[in-house]
This record gives sequence, structure tokens and C-alpha cells, in this order.
Amino acid sequence: MLHPITTEHYLVLSAALLLIGTVGILLRRNAVVVMMSLELILNAVNINLVAFGKHLQQLNGQVFAIFIITVAVAEAAVGLGILIAVFRNKETVLVDEIDLLKW
Amino acid sequence: MLETGFFYAFAALTLIGAILTVTLRNAIHCAISLIGSLAGVAGLYLLQKAEFLFAVQIVLYIGGIMVLFLFVIMLVNLDAAARERQYHRHWLAAVICTVGSGALITWFLRQGSGTMHLGQSAPELPSAGNVEALSDVLFKQYLVPFELASVLLLVAVVGSVIMAKKRI
Repeated sequence: MLHPITTEHYLVLSAALLLIGTVGILLRRNAVVVMMSLELILNAVNINLVAFGKHLQQLNGQVFAIFIITVAVAEAAVGLGILIAVFRNKETVLVDEIDLLKW
Repeated sequence: MLETGFFYAFAALTLIGAILTVTLRNAIHCAISLIGSLAGVAGLYLLQKAEFLFAVQIVLYIGGIMVLFLFVIMLVNLDAAARERQYHRHWLAAVICTVGSGALITWFLRQGSGTMHLGQSAPELPSAGNVEALSDVLFKQYLVPFELASVLLLVAVVGSVIMAKKRI
């Protein structure tokens, strides 16, 4: 017996994806994997926006998702550039070894 | 129902890919499971009749961002990092934060599902096609943010080039 899919299904899925991404950001030491978890979180937000847009029968949600994808691309490009610069200077990408500003 | 089956298949692909991304040791394996997760999200877009976002997700995320990630993994020597400990020493704080936010989200979902009546959705509008309708909204209602986004992309291009240069 399969129920029809409602908006709540998408919301629960998006919440689960967001929590997995949060675990990745807070727990992993590898900075590349931390940025991948960031992409997971942005995708969770996009699922939410598209689901609510479909629920309300408006296209604004999808337009917002497009803008979020734009910001995600910009963030990934700049972030990976910063990562390469950090690796060139410190020879590591483990986030808890990049602790110059920590007292 | 076919849609229900597809939803659970794509949701499983998304969640399993995400869990593997967070847990695997080798960064390239993480990237490949992230590709699986993003493909699952693309399938969910298709289920919700967002065909343009489906194409954008495939072309931009899987084709663009993931190639960028793989390039960086190639440039940055991750073999030493893969042999070391994968998780922080303060993992308990992270787990507490995640469980707390998960409890908050569950509480809000329960609150909202009582008052917002998320069960039934509005009647479907006769649409002329997703891309046409979307471009109509994007170029009329959201023209200024659209142009500002191009400025943001320009800034990102310049910034990433400067960041990756040998001498700043």
C-alpha cells in the first residue's frame, strides 16, 4: 500500500538531507569534504523551495532555487580557490590544523 | 502508484549518497557519492515538474561543480589527509548540535503540519511549459536580482582567479 506523495514527504527528506550536511560540516576534518557537505545543505534548501512552489502552484520557488544555485556556484569557485591558496601556504587541508587565528 | 515508487527511489539515492559523502574516507569516493546524491535531487526536481531545474542540476552541479571539486582533489594532495583521523576531536559537540537542530526541525514540522494543512496541494494550473513560464517570471518579476546575479558571478570569477594565483 503506497500513499501518494505530499509536500510533507519532501519537507522530511529535505530536513534529513540538511542534518546529514550539518554532520558533515561539523565533524569532518577534510576541508574539501566540508565544502561538499555545504553543497548538500544548499540542495536541501532547494528541495524545500521547489516543494513549496509546487504546493502553492507558483514559480517563485523555482526562481529562488535558480538564484541559490548561482550563489552555490560562486561559493564553490571562490572557496576552492581559497582552499588551493591555503594548501599552497600551509601544506594541509585539515580544518583543525589551520588555526592561525585561534588563541 | 508510479510516482510514489519513483519518489522513494530518488529519496533513497539522495540520502544514501549524502551519508556516503559524509562518512567515506577517500575524498574522491566522497565526490562520486555526492554525484549520486545530486542526481537523486535532480530526479526529485523532475518529479515536481521542474524540468528546467532538472537540466540545470545535471549540467551545472554534476557537470560543473563536481568537475571543479575533482580538479581541486587532484591539485591538493589528499593522500596524507586520507590516512589521518577523519573526524574532529570535539565530535560530541557536533552530535549535540545536530541532534538539537533535528529536534527543532521535527518540532516545527509537527507544529506546521497541524496548522498549514500540507496534505492537499492547490489545483494544478494549465501550464505552457516549465521553461517558458519560468523565464516569464524570471525576466519580468525578478529582472533586477537576475542582473545582480551576473555581477555576483563576475566577482566570483575575478576572486577565484586571484585566489588561485601564485603571487597575490
